[in-house]
Amino acid sequence: MTPFEYLRAGDPGEAVAAVAGRPGAAFLGGGTNLVDHMKLGVAGPDLLVDVSRLPLDRVEETAGGLRVGAAVRNSDLAAHPLVRERYPVLARALLSGASGQLRNVATTAGNLLQRTRCPYFQDVTTPCNKRVPGSGCSAIGGYTRYHAILGASEHCVATHPSDMAVAMAALDAVVVVLGPGGERRLPIGELYRLPGDAPQRDTVLEHGDLITAVELPHLPAARRSAYRKVRDRASFSFALVSVAAVLDLDGDAVRDVRLALGGVAHKPWRAARAEEALRGGPATEDAFRRAADAELAGARPLPGNEFKVAMTRGVVVAALRDLAEEGR
Amino acid sequence: MNARITLRVDGRDRPVALDTRTTLLDALRDRLSVTSPKKGCDHGQCGACTVLLDGRRVVSCLILAVACDGSEVVTAQGLVEEGEPHPVQRAFLEEDGFQCGFCTPGQICSAVGMLQEVKAGHPSQVTDDLTGPVTLDDEEIRERLSGNLCRCGAYVNIVAALREETAPSEETSPRAETSPSEEAES
Amino acid sequence: MTVRRGAVGAPAPRVEGLAKVTGSAAYAYDRPVADPVYACPVQATIARGRVVAIDGGAAAGVEGVLAVVTHREAARLADTADAELAVLQSDAVAFRGQFVGVVLAETPEAARQAAGLVRVEYDEEPHDTELRADRAGLYTPEQVNGGFAPDTDEGDVDAAMEAAAVTVDRIYTTPMLFNNPMEPHTSVAVWGDGGDEGGGGPGEARLTLYDSTQGAHVVRSTLARVFGLPPERVRVISPYVGGGFGSKGMPHAHNVLAGLAAMAVPGRPVKLALTRQQMFSLAGHRTPTIQRVRLGAGADGRLTAVAHEVVEHTSALKEFAEQTAVGARMMYAAPNRRTAHRLAALDVPVPSWMRAPGEAPGFFGLEVAMDELAQACGLDPVELRARNEPEVDPESGRPWSGRHLVRCLREGAARFGWEERAAVPGTRRAGRELVGLGVAASTYPYYRFPGSRAVVGYDGSGRYTVRIGAADIGTGAWTVLTQIAADALECPLGAVRVEIGDSELPPATVAGGSSGTASWGSAIVAACHAFRGAYGTEPPPGAEAGADMPRDPDAERFAMHSFGAQFAEVRVDADTGEIRVPRMLGVFSAGRIVNPRTARSQFIGGMTMGLSMALHERGVLDHRTGHVVNHDFAEYHIATHADVVDVDAVWLEEEDAHAGPLGARGIGEIGIVGAPAAIANAVHNATGVRVRDLPITPDLLLR
Repeated sequence: MTPFEYLRAGDPGEAVAAVAGRPGAAFLGGGTNLVDHMKLGVAGPDLLVDVSRLPLDRVEETAGGLRVGAAVRNSDLAAHPLVRERYPVLARALLSGASGQLRNVATTAGNLLQRTRCPYFQDVTTPCNKRVPGSGCSAIGGYTRYHAILGASEHCVATHPSDMAVAMAALDAVVVVLGPGGERRLPIGELYRLPGDAPQRDTVLEHGDLITAVELPHLPAARRSAYRKVRDRASFSFALVSVAAVLDLDGDAVRDVRLALGGVAHKPWRAARAEEALRGGPATEDAFRRAADAELAGARPLPGNEFKVAMTRGVVVAALRDLAEEGR
Repeated sequence: MNARITLRVDGRDRPVALDTRTTLLDALRDRLSVTSPKKGCDHGQCGACTVLLDGRRVVSCLILAVACDGSEVVTAQGLVEEGEPHPVQRAFLEEDGFQCGFCTPGQICSAVGMLQEVKAGHPSQVTDDLTGPVTLDDEEIRERLSGNLCRCGAYVNIVAALREETAPSEETSPRAETSPSEEAES
Repeated sequence: MTVRRGAVGAPAPRVEGLAKVTGSAAYAYDRPVADPVYACPVQATIARGRVVAIDGGAAAGVEGVLAVVTHREAARLADTADAELAVLQSDAVAFRGQFVGVVLAETPEAARQAAGLVRVEYDEEPHDTELRADRAGLYTPEQVNGGFAPDTDEGDVDAAMEAAAVTVDRIYTTPMLFNNPMEPHTSVAVWGDGGDEGGGGPGEARLTLYDSTQGAHVVRSTLARVFGLPPERVRVISPYVGGGFGSKGMPHAHNVLAGLAAMAVPGRPVKLALTRQQMFSLAGHRTPTIQRVRLGAGADGRLTAVAHEVVEHTSALKEFAEQTAVGARMMYAAPNRRTAHRLAALDVPVPSWMRAPGEAPGFFGLEVAMDELAQACGLDPVELRARNEPEVDPESGRPWSGRHLVRCLREGAARFGWEERAAVPGTRRAGRELVGLGVAASTYPYYRFPGSRAVVGYDGSGRYTVRIGAADIGTGAWTVLTQIAADALECPLGAVRVEIGDSELPPATVAGGSSGTASWGSAIVAACHAFRGAYGTEPPPGAEAGADMPRDPDAERFAMHSFGAQFAEVRVDADTGEIRVPRMLGVFSAGRIVNPRTARSQFIGGMTMGLSMALHERGVLDHRTGHVVNHDFAEYHIATHADVVDVDAVWLEEEDAHAGPLGARGIGEIGIVGAPAAIANAVHNATGVRVRDLPITPDLLLR
């Protein structure tokens, strides 16, 4: 770890100015990802601006929705009565991530900005385009069990590791960003990038941009929602694949559906094709399977992770079937 | 870069000057000689370093000490009050909830923090009804302690210890009543 | 001669329990030392070649750095016959992750930063890390671990297979596995020149090591040889050990590195703790195995042929040949038997002992094959095994000291509800889950190693001290030895204090091979009897007597093994392939159980590690670089709480009249043996899918 200065910011504006003004500066939230990366040599900031104690730690009710402060801890968000009642998919996703100890520390913004768990990204002795642009991708031709089947590029096949973000993608959350130029709102679908030829950039945020809140829109249908995560261990491990699903039924027909996938792409993957295939149609297992297949038609698995196609199909069908049964 | 901070550790104020790079775990172990939290992985993946930070269980290896200035830290050592082990520590002894003992202080701090979370009504991944009250059955205990690895494989005894600890005091576990060796030949 | 029952057989709580639950037990790194120096190793980033240049300039410039030690600066060792321990003695690199240097600094932060700044240039040579059964260069080792012959061949296996009514001929594989004790390997080394803890006179170099080891004396004797010191000038102190599972059974390179590093700062203790990641290249591992198992049987399931032929790896640097097929030599009655071990010497880290070396991987192949045979014969797997019980040891012809496998199987079947097992695989469902039951047999040899000595002393006020350099790595040895001594002295448990974990104590063999209780325990019984013989029941203050472990003539006359039956229930999610193990039961026959409380923990701990081996563990070697890609606990999964639901163990109440004065055969390893096969067989029963390659992961069960 390289030496760094530490500054506890007094307010968000001060924090943004401090980081924006110094190329080597970084925000410190809970630190569960950043401190890990600093130990591994993946990150080496020369100034840490601690934003974990800024007054961004509240969950507030808005017109039908919720506004979640960026510094709200994952465990507190999952335990919040309104989240549990209105957005069970989000509470479930949060609770399926990491461990109790980590959820007590990790923040909402930090969780959104987690970096990939690709083992080559995390090992500075191996090439990685995300860590060192142009050095090559070690995962291609290597160990790919946790890698992407959708939206990857020849430069990077990493996946986004967050569970929470998958639920937020399904919920059409909006991310509030304070930058040197002021505040702006980004739909979560526009926050994340696919790797393309610049995998070093996970999101569209610029240096100095600070996420201050996440807004969850009014979505009554989300009261019937689920998060299913398939992994190699029963708990405390990253997803092989996961699905966040919201299902709104009108009798036996699908009035509306929201589907997002985790563990399959460089970003939380909103399954728009599957949603389109389902809307207005019957809520049957057959329809769920065809919808999953429509989404997965674009899958390009790697040698070593071909199983993710069938596994994704299985978990999507299971999640939707369970929600449909719950609704009958 | 150096910083001066004060941590309140196991009930005592501990001012310390340290490198900003020092984690809370290393501050406790290397600077303050508080060695009950253990370093099993140093990356938040095993739970051996678990302490209670301002009342909540955390992995101390991924937290910078400098960010904890003014905070209260309780380790497994600090759970002992006036020479008396904490009820959770006694339950671990009773059920043989450990073997090599290295993950044990972390398991115990995690369990103490977990019980407080349950008391506060926090759900877990395996809670069926997210909006109802939380009942701490075996499945809940296992899920909530899954951030603490034990290579000796004391898991079932740890769960038994917490089952004992959370059960009404007059009840005893069926396992405690008969020794397996007595059963084997019957 | 046996000992009276009293303390032995009682579920005494661990004598060190309070220290462990309150966190006051001091493991190697925790020992308070004055003015410590922190060491951080530099590791090779190539798998084979030479170091051609090292620039430690930037590292040395980091504030607080005291020394950068590479092969150029390091002292020459006196004995480099053990290539694994010839640390920093040349520019050669034999595997990725090997030590090429070490940085010493006043703080751990500075040491780590500086180690990252050491620039190493290599002349890289092509490396070879891939184990395949069809590769060139496979060779037959002179012997395999345990001193066994590499190959055996009885009768005519090929002809018997040809003639057999039913045959199984399959390949089974197990991956590279890592012991991963929770406490990383740690050595705190200090060089002195006489005085307090290290012994030796003034002016004589002496080395003190606070170490995490399964055998203080083996570390002492090995390091004394490597550093060219008489053993009495090396002291190894190690009362608390955070698990080992074989990986701390012998010194590894870090012990030598700590000693070399400490030479740069004489008088100051150097703290070296491997990181979790470093353990994957420097603390031993279990070789991957490729096992061909052939079984031939009559239509009634009676075996006519058993062949177990294994291909596995070792390191080009140092040979370790796991005895994977040895268990097949004695397990079942078959007139025609063949076993073989072939090794590939690869550019990989040095493999070593891991819990039940040989039996743990070998009984995956053998016991899944037995399940396949049962299926092929239309026999219940319990019945198939019962039909193949040998009267005497097929290998040696000796009588069994006590073989109760069939009782274990029958007892387990009754307790587990074996009759609920579906006869046709894939036909039992519970909601969306497929349910299956599986069984496998276990065995582990009785080992009692010579070389231990115990000394009993009396303080004059009712307290006895028993001194022996044994190790309690979580096994319960501390408690069990106290119980044994109390009974042998015929005094209350509380009157005995056992001292272990220090090379200044009388010598003791390593805590390995499930041998501790039998080896150390019989030395203690002999010492206690010698003490009572010399002083009677009213010894004077300061009375002392010692004894070596007595010889055990029965070990030459009998085939002595523990046995067990492992049962597992699995549930497989039909949508996702997720596998859960709601129940496991082990029924063991291991001779006398000295402490039911700690014994049960040992059995279920082994079974839990077996569950982990079955479902989770796989070291992934990237053959392009020769490194273990998934070298941490986020990627190399071991079972956690949520994976382990109801694991229970019971045992037959017995005493092995031939297993020394205690009648106990050892319990530390048998719990892992057969557990993965029981789970694999249950998965087959649940799904109809026969998985022959560990681990069994959800992707293998998707339909």
